[in-house]
Amino acid sequence: MSEKSTLDCQRLLCPMPVIRVQDHVATLNPGDVVEAICTDPGVVNDIPAWCRINGHEVVEIREDEDDFIVVVRVGESA
Amino acid sequence: MTQRKALALISGGLDSLLATRVIQEQGIHVEGVNFFTGFCVEGHTHAIRQKDKDKPKRNNALWSAERLGIKLHIVDIVEEYKEVVFNPKHGYGSNLNPCLDCKIFMVKKAHEWIEKNDFDFVITGEVIGQRPKSQRKATMPVVQEESGIHDRLLRPLCAKNLPETLPEREGWVNRSQLYDFHGRSRKPQMALAQKFGFEDYAQPAGGCCFLTDEQYSVKLSDMWQSRGEKRYELDDIMLLKVGRHVRPKANFKLIIAREAGETKFMRGYRKQYPSLVITSHGGPWTLIDGELSEDDLMLSAQIAARYSQGRDAEQVDFDYINTNGDVRQLSVVPMHPDDIDKAWVL
Repeated sequence: MSEKSTLDCQRLLCPMPVIRVQDHVATLNPGDVVEAICTDPGVVNDIPAWCRINGHEVVEIREDEDDFIVVVRVGESA
Repeated sequence: MTQRKALALISGGLDSLLATRVIQEQGIHVEGVNFFTGFCVEGHTHAIRQKDKDKPKRNNALWSAERLGIKLHIVDIVEEYKEVVFNPKHGYGSNLNPCLDCKIFMVKKAHEWIEKNDFDFVITGEVIGQRPKSQRKATMPVVQEESGIHDRLLRPLCAKNLPETLPEREGWVNRSQLYDFHGRSRKPQMALAQKFGFEDYAQPAGGCCFLTDEQYSVKLSDMWQSRGEKRYELDDIMLLKVGRHVRPKANFKLIIAREAGETKFMRGYRKQYPSLVITSHGGPWTLIDGELSEDDLMLSAQIAARYSQGRDAEQVDFDYINTNGDVRQLSVVPMHPDDIDKAWVL
């Protein structure tokens, strides 16, 4: 059963949100989902780039008021 | 035959991109590491500002890794790096940039990483004579010695100007296919980039670190002076990157957003710093860093009003919001521009 978790990356400037996601994903299993809540608009480029390099999937990117929310599914290589 | 493995220091600039590709071409498995000090200059830091919204918001280290087809490990060294900033053994450059100590520190961390992860050597994009402080012929062996990595550090772009390293001696890499770049000219790198088909690579004019920036260093020095010691947290050094910093008195300073993008970012700090929010006119969000008397609060509002659309009005109204979210209304006459001492603006 895959797990879903949320990461608070508000106020962090890139690449800190990427580092938070990277370090959190390292503790997860393939198929798990993490939702990163961020305020730096750079995450909509950086987290997907990090996912492409490392074999993870971006499930969703959305804006919610001041937040940019990126949802990542952990890939098989994790 | 065992495939050898190298760790490349990836800054996001052209030199590390090229150095990595040179070693990949020799059949070495390369992964990248990018150390985050808190002072790194990245496109999306500027992306907070609306005026830069048309510029690419990419992280150049990630972009490099993607172009190279390598894994990139981004490592948070903010806490450990403080000692490098506070007490650089080799001193600062023209601003608060401890470039040589920084290079030694990063190579030392990379050395620790390869030992832990069973990699064989480290590569950097250094070029002799490229940077006046940290990339000189005399400093190259200093980095090797003081980092403890010794001859497991290979600089592919200038290796032919340096003594042989372990990867060359052991035949893991072919020295004849390395380079002899030197000096400040970028032409050899640009030619090599063309050969490899790299386009649209990052060429930061001011380097990749805010500590090389004069205005940033002034703000950092001011912060240390106001605290009576060299001390910072990540939030401090982030906020030095945004807004107009105005210190009218020793006991407090104002951080005044310069535009909507910064206001949006600074609103995120409203639970850590009291805020001044203009209610009668359009204007910037202002954070207050320090302890204020009643007179100081009114002075702060007058200064903030000066930077609002109500600068010529007879009265500007504010909400003063403390860190608990309690709101108090106040009204002030905007300060005349001539009354704002230039020395206040950091």
